[in-house]
Amino acid sequence: MEINKSMEGPLTFPGQVHETADGGILVTKLDDVINWARSNSLWPLVFGTSCCAIEMMSTAGAKHDWSRFGFEVARATPRQADLIIVAGTIVMKMAPVLKRLYDQMPEPKYVIAMGACTISGGPFFYNTYSVVKGVDHVIPVDVYIPGCPPRPEALLHSMITLQEKIKNEQYFKKKIEDVR
Amino acid sequence: MRGLIEDDYVTEEGEFVINIGPQHPSTHGVLHLKVWLDGETVKKVQPHLGFIHRSIEKMSESLSYRNFIFATSRMDYLAAHINNEACALTVEKGLQLEVPDRAKYIRTILAELTRLQSHLLWWGCTGLDLGAVTPFFYAFREREFIMEIMEETCGARLTQNFMVPGGVMYDIHPNFQKRTKEVLTQIKSKFQEYDNIMTGNVIFENRTKGVGLLSKEDAISYGVTGPTARASGVSCDIRKLIPYSAYDQVQFDEILGTGGDCYARYMIRMHEMKQSVFIIEQLIDNIPEGEFQAKTKNVIKLPKGEFYQRVETPRGELGVFIVSDGAASPYRIKYRSPGFSNLSALPLMAKGGKIGDLVAIMSTIDLVIPDIDR
Repeated sequence: MEINKSMEGPLTFPGQVHETADGGILVTKLDDVINWARSNSLWPLVFGTSCCAIEMMSTAGAKHDWSRFGFEVARATPRQADLIIVAGTIVMKMAPVLKRLYDQMPEPKYVIAMGACTISGGPFFYNTYSVVKGVDHVIPVDVYIPGCPPRPEALLHSMITLQEKIKNEQYFKKKIEDVR
Repeated sequence: MRGLIEDDYVTEEGEFVINIGPQHPSTHGVLHLKVWLDGETVKKVQPHLGFIHRSIEKMSESLSYRNFIFATSRMDYLAAHINNEACALTVEKGLQLEVPDRAKYIRTILAELTRLQSHLLWWGCTGLDLGAVTPFFYAFREREFIMEIMEETCGARLTQNFMVPGGVMYDIHPNFQKRTKEVLTQIKSKFQEYDNIMTGNVIFENRTKGVGLLSKEDAISYGVTGPTARASGVSCDIRKLIPYSAYDQVQFDEILGTGGDCYARYMIRMHEMKQSVFIIEQLIDNIPEGEFQAKTKNVIKLPKGEFYQRVETPRGELGVFIVSDGAASPYRIKYRSPGFSNLSALPLMAKGGKIGDLVAIMSTIDLVIPDIDR
């Protein structure tokens, strides 16, 4: 039981260790293990279109340091990414490209809509002919962050929120619901 | 997307066409480059724009003279202050409004802090583009201090909207002078570190020296401005040539290079950072007392006519052209953005080089795509 005690806290490995003569037996649920692994190693896609991308870079920088939450492996190709942080305005010309990027990502995939532009078109809501009024017109969104641009702390909060969301997923059940 | 790139795929024998972008880390945003290659040699480059065209110019036509300034923070977000200042100066020119000295000084200090953080970010990203990850973390360490000053005084980290017609929106925070001086001391002590890690590096020098040559004649004929043009020996610093705000009160050098290659462009920006520190040092203790904003009417109406103002952003010359028909909102607004003209010289610089050099050239031009597309 000592192993369990030393790993207490929100990131504790899910399950219980029963000590035996040769070591221990781990009793856990497959769902918990899958979610634990997934939520702590989300690889974001390097995708920034405008101002929010700079705040995303600040989050990656020394002061805020998103690698504390397992986000530091930013991938340049969608085929290796789990998460797409839509950082910046999406315009009509960019929307098909974003859709294609999303389609190229392997399942399971998650989307964070960063900033006012991706929620509703933001400051470009009125009187523009080219801005997509919210990125959820193009791809499904898991977490929204308001702000123009959001602070790095807000982005970190959205990442933690996404991790919590993933931790409550039921892997097998989700599949059945999708089929229905 | 498909209609865009299929139209001229006709290639010669042995030619190979690749698409870089719109989603590519080295294009600094969503620029799409179509590159014709012969082996590794670049034969032709064609930039495709519009992936972040937000119709800011058209949108401004329905906004008042106070309100349209906010959209320009999102245009060149690394130089939000300077963009706002350009718009405010143009409106003031139309109103023939005299700005208080205190506002002029605050504007100049904030503009130079902006230039400093923009160049720092550029330095970090150039490192990333050329395969060095460490500069990114070094640059962002110092940049965060400047962001904190911005947040304290302007209320926002990136898109400040602090410059309004007639001056600045609020007075400076009581801590402003103290913290700015602290940051300057901090940054000055780091310049040597930056040089040690990047400037003298053999790999970096090999990848930038003699790469992406731009002659003085070409720089002028393509309308290239800013550090990119100054590296080719063109004297084009608006702060020196047509001083605005408090630039006529300060001493500083216009840094001119001769090489016209990537290394020259790199060195110009490294020296400009030192000049920015020098300018702020001259102003920070001498901010005059008085009003921070001139009195303006609630609804600003410019007289009929055309007004143009040029400022120097970290990327080059930004021009704001307002046509007024006497109403409360502009009849037409046109921005002459530095990035657009600088990008137009990219095919010339990249031609004949290797595809790896294209990345080095792009990063030393310091492209900000929303500034190009608007």
